[in-house]
Amino acid sequence: MPSSMSSPSYGILGHDRGGAWFLAILVLVAVAVPVLNLAVPPSSAIHLSAFGITLIGKYLCYAMLALAVDLIWGYCGILSLGHAVFFSLGGYAMGMYLMRQIGPRGVYGDPILPDFMVFLNWKSLPWFWYGFNHFPFALAMMLVVPALLALVFGWFAFRSRVTGVYFSIITQALTYALMLAFFRNDMGFGGNNGFTDFKDILSFDLHSDKTRVVLFLFTALALGASYLACRGIVESRAGRVLRAIRDAESRTRFLGYPVESFKLWVFVFSAIIAGLAGALYVPQIGIINPSEFAPINSIEIVIWVAVGGRGTLYGAIAGAVLINYAKTYFTGVFPDAWLYALGALFVLVTLFLPRGIVGLVSTNRKTAAPLRVQAQKA
Amino acid sequence: MNAARRKRLYLEDLTVSFDGFKALNNLNLYVDPGELLCIIGPNGAGKTTMMDVITGKTRPDSGTAYFGDAINLLQLSEAEIVAAGIGRKFQKPTVFEQLTVFENLELALAGSRSFLKTLRARISPAERKRIDEVLDIIGLSEHLGSLGRILAHGQKQWLEIGMLLMQNPELLLVDEPVAGMTPHEIEHTAELLLSLAGEHSIVVVEHDMHFVRSIAKRVTVLHEGQVIAEGDMDKVQQNPRVIEVYLGV
Repeated sequence: MPSSMSSPSYGILGHDRGGAWFLAILVLVAVAVPVLNLAVPPSSAIHLSAFGITLIGKYLCYAMLALAVDLIWGYCGILSLGHAVFFSLGGYAMGMYLMRQIGPRGVYGDPILPDFMVFLNWKSLPWFWYGFNHFPFALAMMLVVPALLALVFGWFAFRSRVTGVYFSIITQALTYALMLAFFRNDMGFGGNNGFTDFKDILSFDLHSDKTRVVLFLFTALALGASYLACRGIVESRAGRVLRAIRDAESRTRFLGYPVESFKLWVFVFSAIIAGLAGALYVPQIGIINPSEFAPINSIEIVIWVAVGGRGTLYGAIAGAVLINYAKTYFTGVFPDAWLYALGALFVLVTLFLPRGIVGLVSTNRKTAAPLRVQAQKA
Repeated sequence: MNAARRKRLYLEDLTVSFDGFKALNNLNLYVDPGELLCIIGPNGAGKTTMMDVITGKTRPDSGTAYFGDAINLLQLSEAEIVAAGIGRKFQKPTVFEQLTVFENLELALAGSRSFLKTLRARISPAERKRIDEVLDIIGLSEHLGSLGRILAHGQKQWLEIGMLLMQNPELLLVDEPVAGMTPHEIEHTAELLLSLAGEHSIVVVEHDMHFVRSIAKRVTVLHEGQVIAEGDMDKVQQNPRVIEVYLGV
């Protein structure tokens, strides 16, 4: 094997052909979407509707979520079946800001209280809603709240050396518990209706095409930046320690690495990406409610990653986009068959494509070959 | 405490019992600086327990264990013992299968272990030189880009020894290094260990008598947690007590 391959001083995308392709496509989409929407007249056949922008924006948010899961699962072996929690919390933080932005334009016309609080006969704003009328504070909360939960949850779980399937189960319990909590009206987050009827963001009308395009561009930017950050981590020495932990945790500990601390850092970082994805998702979709915490959502993310190709980062993105595109299509054509199709896809990919869809085209031995063994072990 | 204090390792009057069974029974053992000492003995003789005591995995019921003149091993944690300069190679080779030979050695480099430091860590010229030296010593220079999992059994064992060497330990504990190796690999391992002696003190636990004969200047025979014979291989093999223990005569 040529020694150039072993040299650890490669650039961030030096051996990441899949990543280079992904970024090129992302740039292309980021240019094409505004042009097809704003420059092409609506009468044209290639005009992209507002619905189309929102749909693509949604796929990109899901891609960020898949990226977050692949970082911890593909590279550190932490199988989180509760990542929708961080996504939803980021989304709720954004939703709180958007609710405050409605101001007196709500159905009940209260200048401070969101409609659902007036409906519940509340007289004043709960303390945890303070500050959410300021965007910088709300933005900080979109990142800090998921990070804090990940920090506390991860600290207890990793310190107690909860690993493997046990970790997966308690993350499912976490998302289920939060779903039940957010369903309650007393929580102060709108109960089962959640938040909706948003008007504007930073005084820009959320229903205008221009705002949608800008939100879309921010999503594309966030996805690209998250990708580069994750790639930076996995290509660093810390990334090699993460892979070492994934493959032989106690051996890594024996070399003197604080395994729990590595897991905690990467878990928190992953939660922040997921929170940001949720925060970008809500203004584009226009609603956030407790069903986002549903356990099935977190499981679906893992399926996107597995189908796309675990442990490659770009595979997770490809999986998220392709499966969600398929979901949009099939739920339109055969609404009842979608879950069966998803299940069958997962089984078939696990059996016949252990390296996922990107494994079909990947020629990069260093990133691709090891995953076969991984899949067989799992 | 009566031995001249110029040894690398002192084990004195060590006793370890598990539910009444004495795995070590007043064991006394010394290792000289730069010495290559082989320890043999039938199953249950206490070889592994002795290694466990030295590395802090097991605490003795009584006795003392000193690394050099000043370091009391019984007061240190496992990680502190590694940091003090004692490296242990376990019987089963455990290298990182999905990392290359080079990356395996890189992770074993002495240096900061924190997440943020490793996130920014770059290999310095001195570190690169050390990795190249070790690659040369363990004979894997040609394979530096190969993944751990594709290495042959013997190569994995050498890589693991190389990972210990990255931290430049003063004392190497090596548990059954040639188990499962081909004759060719055994020969290489013998050369490797002989080349390391002098710079490092090495304690090898091994069953393969032919191998022990090829490397050891001094052999210690353990039986029922005690040293029953010591000396060069010929002397030890003629010891009636050893013959009795090994052959059951």
